[in-house]
Amino acid sequence: MTGLEAILMTIIAAATPLLLAAIGELVAERSGVLNLGVEGMMIMGAIGGFAAAYVSGSAMLGVAAAVGAGVGMSLLFAFLTQTLVSNQVATGLALTLFGLGLSGLIGEAFTGLPGVKLPPVHVPGLSDLPLVGPVLFGQDVIVYASVALTALVAWVLARTRIGLVIRATGGNHHSAHALGYNVIAVRYACIAFGGATAGLAGGYLSLAYTPQWIENMTAGRGWIALALVVFSTWAPRRVAVGAYLFGTVWIMGLYVQGVGIDIAPQLLASLPYLITIAALVALSGNRLLTKVNTPACLGQPFVPDR
Amino acid sequence: MSGPAADRDGEFLLEARDIVKRFGDFTANDRVTLRLRPGRIHALLGENGAGKSTLVKIIYGALQPTAGELRWHGEPVTVANPAAARRLGIGMVFQHFSLFEALSVAENIALAMPGAFDLAALGERVARVSAEYGLPLEPTALVADLSVGERQRIEIVRCLLQAPRLLIMDEPTAVLTPQEADQLFVTLRRLAADGCAVLYISHRLEEVKQLCHDATILRLGRVVADVDPEAETAASLARLMVGADVHTVSTEAHAGDGPVMLAVADLTLPANGPFGVALRSVSLDVRAGEIVAIAGVAGNGQSELFEALSGERLAPAPGAVSIAGTPCGRNGVTARRRLGAAFVPEERLGHSAVPGFVLSENVLLTRHTSDRTMVSGGFVNRPEARTVTERVNARFDVRTSRENPEASALSGGNLQKFVVGRELDRDPRVVVINQPTWGVDAGAAALIRQALVDMARAGAAVLVVSQDLDEIFEIADRIAVISRGELSEAYPARAIDRERVGLFMAGAHETSGRERPGGAPA
Repeated sequence: MTGLEAILMTIIAAATPLLLAAIGELVAERSGVLNLGVEGMMIMGAIGGFAAAYVSGSAMLGVAAAVGAGVGMSLLFAFLTQTLVSNQVATGLALTLFGLGLSGLIGEAFTGLPGVKLPPVHVPGLSDLPLVGPVLFGQDVIVYASVALTALVAWVLARTRIGLVIRATGGNHHSAHALGYNVIAVRYACIAFGGATAGLAGGYLSLAYTPQWIENMTAGRGWIALALVVFSTWAPRRVAVGAYLFGTVWIMGLYVQGVGIDIAPQLLASLPYLITIAALVALSGNRLLTKVNTPACLGQPFVPDR
Repeated sequence: MSGPAADRDGEFLLEARDIVKRFGDFTANDRVTLRLRPGRIHALLGENGAGKSTLVKIIYGALQPTAGELRWHGEPVTVANPAAARRLGIGMVFQHFSLFEALSVAENIALAMPGAFDLAALGERVARVSAEYGLPLEPTALVADLSVGERQRIEIVRCLLQAPRLLIMDEPTAVLTPQEADQLFVTLRRLAADGCAVLYISHRLEEVKQLCHDATILRLGRVVADVDPEAETAASLARLMVGADVHTVSTEAHAGDGPVMLAVADLTLPANGPFGVALRSVSLDVRAGEIVAIAGVAGNGQSELFEALSGERLAPAPGAVSIAGTPCGRNGVTARRRLGAAFVPEERLGHSAVPGFVLSENVLLTRHTSDRTMVSGGFVNRPEARTVTERVNARFDVRTSRENPEASALSGGNLQKFVVGRELDRDPRVVVINQPTWGVDAGAAALIRQALVDMARAGAAVLVVSQDLDEIFEIADRIAVISRGELSEAYPARAIDRERVGLFMAGAHETSGRERPGGAPA
């Protein structure tokens, strides 16, 4: 394994959970729901995936459990905010705190145990090529899923009726309701999709990135994903750029420290945030486009007047 | 558009029989019966809160009746939701448009269309139907960039694409220029001639007389009359709606020689955000004792001008805005209030008044510095605020269900009377008011207009920004028109007619040159 290959592999590994969590949150926000519980859904995905894989011995079962745990958490959020019309910000924060606490409790029994690692995909021939082989054709299924989901979300939002309904619901829920769309149902579905990808992001951490359970192992990635969605102005392609840029600067920082170049570690630690925000702000310079993408009903509760 | 059933003589297309709708203790519709025939334009008249919107929402499936039944071609039907209504052939153009600003024209229409999702093909159909009915539309344009009249065309075309048997129009002309309204009438008459029934909701009586074949009048949730609008006068229709004679505003001639109390000089402001309007070199004088009205279609810079006058947005130079001779373009709202000015914004709930605050607290919010008695040494004098609130409520006939309720508990008309009264009660020297009677019933509107006239006759300078030309011609001494952020000269109300104002509203004074024609209008 060459040095460059190692760097590229670690960048992909750093970017994938951010991209997954952000793309799901993007769909939820496009439908008008601000779910600040990404971190909580992610960490529940991590412990759910780890536990299921450890008990069953199957990494794929672990992946399924991670998705399930994320969806479960998100449906709790959906029930509270959509059916009971609780405040989305407060509920999201509570979901994060709840997820961190509950995962620590469940994880007590799994701390220090060896995990089941999700195997990389092996394509005969292609995976054995130098450099591009392992980087492009030797990743695990979750990495491919993150890319495929991003492309799918971009296509669905821009080109299909489902995407149009999601954007309409986030843009003006009263009008969507007046036209006969079920705003609450659309939002339930989008929240659940966000939960699924956040859970998958968590599962990636505990099944592929570092196949073990460490308390609080998401380490704030859910919050970075949230910030990426806003700074990317709710555009799937820019979310992908942001996630990979963040991952790149982060890994380069670690690498620079590793070879002993003398830069203040605090500066290196803050660089990914600074550069990603600066780049995404520059990318979103078109204010009209920003306004068009911004879900006007973001965070506002909807109660049909029946 | 005409099926065999519709052609049978005398048959009703839609019958709403004994519809009752209750919200808690409140009965919005009380055994309302409405019968619509194909090919007829049927007016539904009533004041705010008479139950028009509730009835229409029931017909369109957005609400379910508590009792009563709907019949379509004589067969009982349940309209479970708007999609079901559209399948029957009922289309609706909403008062507050159900459009999505961030989506294109074709996308907006696609949201209401069942079947395959093909924006390109839909765009072609939109272009064809809109050309056929004289309603030009560009399918790829973003709604946020369109005028209110163009937005309404989207809604109408959206209905036409579904070949409706019944088209419901909820106060369609409230936002249109007179010329746009005439164009709309042509379209509606053509639809009726094709056999479509039109249910037309309005409280503009002249327009109903001109356009409609039948009229049903609602008052307090009940049908009070089914009449032939052509056989009635506007006054007799108004009497049926209100249940009493409507007070007409009395004005007397005005000399127009008082000192200039509000002066705007060459005010230029850039647009605030992508959907905002830039103000371009606006100049205007309002003298003590007169009412100057600014006409214009919504979204042409009215809110921007209001914000610049009230001090919510500061002008680039102090001299751009002067109140009572004092330049205050760089001063905020409170400083301007201290100069004797009072401001009533367009949006009553959330801008004029804080919804969750009780009325006495809302009084305090605009009057804490101008009324010395209300705050002393930093402490709020609550009894004084209550006294003022009661005085305002009594003087302006603000009806409340209990003493000192939250602002959000008041109906639209009552809250508007309260926010206007709160400012006029101070006896300001300058009054700036944006859309004083928007969405307010006839009784409350007459009271507010009379109060503004009385205020001016008592020596205040009054500036009214309004979309309602009836209102403007009723109370204004001089009339200026705002279009795309440019303000015309203020013409004496007697020297300008509605048609000319309408042309200005549509932007005609821009083409007639920026020197602003001062010649005698037609």
